[in-house]
This record gives sequence, C-alpha cells and structure tokens, in this order.
Amino acid sequence: MKTQHQVEQFLYRQAELLDAKQWQEYIDLFAADGVYWVPADPAHKTWEGMPAIFAEDKNLMTVRMQRVLHPDAWSQRPMWATNHVVSNVVIEKTGANGDVHVRSRFHMLELRRDDVRHFAGSYRHHLKKTKDDYRIKLQRVDMTNAQAAYDYVLQVWV
Amino acid sequence: MLQERVPDLAKFVEPDRVRREVYVDPAIFELEMQRIHERYWIYCGHETQVPRPGDYYTVQIGRQPMLMVRGKDRKLHVLYNRCPHRGNMMCGDRHGNTGEFFRCSYHAWTFRHDGALRSIPMMESGYAGTRFGKDNPDCSMKRAARVESYRGFVFASLATNGPGLLEFLGESRIAFDDMCDRAPEGEVEIVPNCFRVIQRSNWKIFLENQLDALHPSVVHQSTGRAAMDVESRIKKQTGQAPLSYHMLSAFAAVTIEKWDGFQTLNYPYGHCILTGYMGLRPKDPDTLAYEKVMQKAYGKKRMEEILGVNIHHVLIYPGLSVQSALQQLRAVRPLGVDRTLTEIWHFRLKGAPEPIYRRSLAYYNLVNSPATLINADDLENFWKCHQGLASDGGDWVTFGRHFGRDLDNGSVVETGPNMGTSEAPMRNQMKAWAKYMQAAA
Ligand code: FES
Ligand SMILES: [Fe+2]
Repeated sequence: MKTQHQVEQFLYRQAELLDAKQWQEYIDLFAADGVYWVPADPAHKTWEGMPAIFAEDKNLMTVRMQRVLHPDAWSQRPMWATNHVVSNVVIEKTGANGDVHVRSRFHMLELRRDDVRHFAGSYRHHLKKTKDDYRIKLQRVDMTNAQAAYDYVLQVWV
Repeated sequence: MLQERVPDLAKFVEPDRVRREVYVDPAIFELEMQRIHERYWIYCGHETQVPRPGDYYTVQIGRQPMLMVRGKDRKLHVLYNRCPHRGNMMCGDRHGNTGEFFRCSYHAWTFRHDGALRSIPMMESGYAGTRFGKDNPDCSMKRAARVESYRGFVFASLATNGPGLLEFLGESRIAFDDMCDRAPEGEVEIVPNCFRVIQRSNWKIFLENQLDALHPSVVHQSTGRAAMDVESRIKKQTGQAPLSYHMLSAFAAVTIEKWDGFQTLNYPYGHCILTGYMGLRPKDPDTLAYEKVMQKAYGKKRMEEILGVNIHHVLIYPGLSVQSALQQLRAVRPLGVDRTLTEIWHFRLKGAPEPIYRRSLAYYNLVNSPATLINADDLENFWKCHQGLASDGGDWVTFGRHFGRDLDNGSVVETGPNMGTSEAPMRNQMKAWAKYMQAAA
C-alpha cells in the first residue's frame, strides 16, 4: 500500500509539473539515462531505430525546454494551457531493489487560443527507486488518438 | 456556374504579386481542384507501401477519394474508392489488404484489383435483360485515367490528356534520382509510418514556404539556438555530439546572408529546386563506412557524383515536397480552402548501413513528427498568414525580392549569385498556377 501511494504521488506530481509549465523540474524527474517515448505505433516494442512521435533523452528534452522558453518560439506566443488527469494506477512489477513498473491512464485537455483538444491514453513508467523517491528510466505514452491526423502539432510532452 | 463566380483570373497574378483571393476564395479553391489537382500528376505513394497482392492505401487526389492497390499480377492500380452500384465507399480503412478481390460492404458486389466487376449476388435472376452486368463498364469501379511511376514513386492523373509523368516532372525528377542513387542498391524502401499533420491554411502557403530561404533563420531561431546550446555542452563533455543536433542547430547557425549563397532553380509546371545542404557529408566513421559501401557499388567517380549532389528541397507542384538527401517527403492534400493535410513519409536506402538510416530517421522524428521542433513555428505562421489574407487589410501578396534579376534561359529560371533568398520560386509557382488555371478544360 505504501508503494502504491508513493507511486501515485509521483505520477500526480509529474502531471502537475507539466500543467504548471515547470519544465526543468519535469525533466529532473527522469534518471540520467531516462527516456521519454511516444511511439508512432502501439505495436512498436522499442524506440530505437523506429519512427516515433517523441523519443527523447534528457539532452533532447532540454532542447525542447529551451526552445519553448525562447522569446521567438512563435507557436508558444498565443495563450495555451493543459490539464492532465492521471488515474487507474496499477503496479505491474516490483523489483527487489524497489524499482517498479507502473501502468496508468491519462486524459489531457489542451487549450490553445480558443480551441480545445483532447489527448488520452496510457502511461507506462519504469521507475527507479532512489533514496526517498523515484526517477523515470522509461516513460512510454500510448495515446489512443496517436494514429489520428494531428490538427496542428504537439509542443511539449503529453 | 462555378466559373461565373470566379472573377477574371488573368487579373489575379502579376509577375511580382498575387491577389489575396487566390488563397482564401472558396470558389477559386474549387476551380484549383478541378484544373490542377484533378488534372495533373499527383503523388499516390511508393510501390513498397503495397508489397503484396490486395494491399491497398487510400489517397486523396483533389477532392476525389482514391485507392492505390496491388493486383494479383503485381501491377499497381489506382481506383476511385467507390462502388458503382449505389455509390458506397469501397474501403473504409486508410489501408489494409482487400484479399483476392474487393467486396462492397453494402450489397456484396465484388471487383477485381483492377476495378473490373467480378460478381453480383444473384446476377442472372436480378439483372438479365437490364443494361447492368459485366459488359457495362459503368458496373466496374472507375479507374484513374493514368497511372505511372518513376523509380518506385507512383503518380496518378485523373485526366486522359496532358503531359506524361516524365515530361511533367522534367528536371524535378532529380528528387527521386538523388534519393535512390544514394542507396547502394539504387532503390529506396518505405518506412511503414505516415505522420499526418493538418495545417490551418491554404495549400499554396505551404508550397511557397518550401523554398523560402528567407524564413528559417527568423522562424526557427528558437530551436536552432536551443540545439546549438545543448550541442556545444555535449561536445564539451564527450567530444562529439550526434549529428541530429547539428541538423537542428543549423537552423540558427545558417544566417540569412548564408542562405543567400544558395541557389534556386525554377521550372515549367511550377517545380522548383533549392540547392545547398547543411553538412550531410561529414567525416565521421558512419559516413566513411557508408562511402565504402557506395564506392563498392558505384565506383569512386560515380560515388563522388552521387554524394556531391547538393539539394536542400525539391518542390514538385502542386503537391509534393521532397528532401532527397534525407529520404523524406511531404505530400500535400488540400482539404479545403483553409485546411491542408500533409502526409509525411521516410524511406530507407537499400543496402546502406543502419547508422545512415538512423541519421535521417532522427531528422524525420525531430522535424517531421507531430511533436516537431521545427514545423510547429511554420504552421503557426501559415495560420497567421491565412488569417491576414482573409482580411481586407490589403489586396496583394508580394513576391518582389530580387525581382527582375532572374536568369531565364527558357527552360529554367535561375537565381543569380547571392540571391538564394530570392522570391523567384514563389513567382514561378504563381506563373505556373495562372497557366494551369486558364488552360481550357
Ligand atoms: S453499393 Fe456496393 S454493392 Fe450496393
Ligand atoms: Fe520552416
């Protein structure tokens, strides 16, 4: 129960950081070799050598963050905001060292200018146990609507 | 009827400027679909997309929903995605395999892969003595008037008359030659994934952007700078940063002045080439290993020729933008006067070592995925462009940069030295547009 609670708190915190646009704090949740991955196709088993919507290590995540913060990131000028809800948190596997594999569901509403979009799907986190917290080794995001045409694009992590 | 609502098109295009209605008037859009997209050669897909008999892919040509399908005889067919009985759509999925034949989901008429009627349930009892049956071509699925392919890239034209594909492509076929020649086996193969992104703007705004050397250092500064920063940090830490950082940082590193050093070549039918590429032939071990394979396949001299081709973008009017050196392309499907779908594909060089595929894949993911670090800011500008043109704030879109300095030798319009940022490609596209639009039906 304690692990379940800790893991849930971790996922909620991650979602909150996204919605609060605290990009650096968000990136800090990843382990040094952590990867954020949104596969182009739910059948894909690895990001390596595959087309992917996102496949980013911390360095690429930093590019994305710095780009978003640049005053001339034109697409970032108009008002936009997101709201994430994370739920259905299930711990699939717990290692002897405290590492866990977790799956959960999310729903994200995005407002951009006057338009609302919805993205929903599942998260799979491989979390590495640290002294009193977790760090993300791998986050896989399968959006239910990943295959649909994108009306405009995605700017930051889902 | 439609034509009556469209004012005199000749007044819409001047050599150095274009009326705004060309981008925002729905009546002009309809006419464009009729006179350009549904008449000339439109890219359907690559042969390797449909390797097995029965494999099909849907594709929009102008306003027409079409199917590209592989027949049992391995021939490729392009058909209207419509049942001749009562008009039902034949394939409701974007792609798949139709099996031995098409079978309509409404009343089970079946058709061969070439569209010919195969069977009608209870045909004898129901249709004997009527004009409907196998002898009536109206009972078969309608086929695209013409289908041709070049080096595996399949095009269709919905008009019986007009130039053949090769004549139409002219010099722009270098897009496919450059891409395929870079493969040691001389062929490419589709990477089975299509990124589909909708732009909220007129299709021509996208085409005009493809060779717009004026915009990258303005629009893509944010990503270029960010990549440059991280690239130099990685270099300090490990001595070498992955080439993908360079592909992004080049957007900031290449200044407007440097873009001016490139050249544009502008051809009949509206096709254009922008030369110049950002460091695709570095001296890293991956490139050297690839060059070894290439030299074995082609010999030193031919390899040097192939790898020396210096192309940034080829625009094949009216709907294909190719980055041959990176083996990717964007096909343009106009959805409406202010909505445009781009279908973005990547190809693998047959016979090339894996790292070369990975390198262009990185570009495909970072620049062309729906989470693009680059196109996001283009699309934002396209939308704003369309918004501005929909207003009465001005009547004209101007293409005046380096106007009057183009070198026209009859078959190609070249920009002179240090005029890479010339708006010659836009002038060329609109000149072709006016010709297409005024051509007799
Ligand atoms: S509409 Fe296709 S069989 Fe009737
Ligand atoms: Fe751009």
